Amino acid sequence: MKDLLIIKGIEFKSRLWVGTGKYKSFEETARAIEASGTDVVTVAVRRVNILDRNKENLLDYIDPKKYKILPNTAGCFTVEEALRYARLAREAGISDMVKLEVIGDEKTLFPDVCGLLKATEILAKEGFIVFPYTNDDPIIAKRLVDAGAAAVMPLGAPIGSGLGIRNPYNIKIILETVNVPVIVDAGVGTASDVAIAMELGCDAVLVNTAIAGAQDSIMMAQALKHACIAGRFAYKAGRIPKKLYASASSPLEGMLI
Amino acid sequence: MKVRVNGIEMEVKAGTLMELLEELDINPKRVVVEVNLEIVKRDKFQNYTIKEGDSIEIVNFVGGG
Repeated sequence: MKDLLIIKGIEFKSRLWVGTGKYKSFEETARAIEASGTDVVTVAVRRVNILDRNKENLLDYIDPKKYKILPNTAGCFTVEEALRYARLAREAGISDMVKLEVIGDEKTLFPDVCGLLKATEILAKEGFIVFPYTNDDPIIAKRLVDAGAAAVMPLGAPIGSGLGIRNPYNIKIILETVNVPVIVDAGVGTASDVAIAMELGCDAVLVNTAIAGAQDSIMMAQALKHACIAGRFAYKAGRIPKKLYASASSPLEGMLI
Repeated sequence: MKVRVNGIEMEVKAGTLMELLEELDINPKRVVVEVNLEIVKRDKFQNYTIKEGDSIEIVNFVGGG
């Protein structure tokens, strides 16, 4: 059964998207990415360490021919910074996509949605395929789409918190509000969180810390891969409505008196 | 010549961006370069002359979420 996610003409085979931060080594990163079955990975833009030249480069381990590279603007607190990082990322020449982050607060890493909206509009006009990392707010999601976002990436919970999907109802409303893919970004702690996001009808889930921080990152990557498929299937299969009282599974007819 | 590379003041021999990358032992194919806040296209590295006091940023992709 083909169930491709297509955004702006780009085909995504996997609905589990994976971050490349926080791993102990590039080798572990590569193995976890492989085990997750993903075909899209996020990366950050940072200064080359010119004093301690470690020859190894992330892209030596993650082949851009095999994986779609989704650069982020993590760590940017202003519109200007986010634009600068996005433009630098595009200049690398492997992707027009950007996971746009304009962060509003160091402690929660919650997005500054006013800045995010402004940056989305500017980058979309410059031809970027913009995936804004946003709050689980349906109104802002709608505004981001109006500003040119190719998809919206509402948080499930704060980045790296592992708290799961804290407001599934808002995610559901976002799904009903916007006409672009909805990708839950941030907050996933374990397999069931991925399954819940997919069961809600989300188009994909982006995970980093839940895999990189697990005791066995490779096994967790596999677990999330299966959870993502399971959740997607359950969504497409159509779950039964929740009811307060029982309804017997076995027939009453033919019972002994 | 004194320039600022990734926030660090340094004395370099290089006259062009390409020579600077060679001097710093950096593979030009893996990096993006900005001089005084303007991005320099990779195919211009060879002919781009750096000047005293230039502020140069050399970035690449690292692990991130």
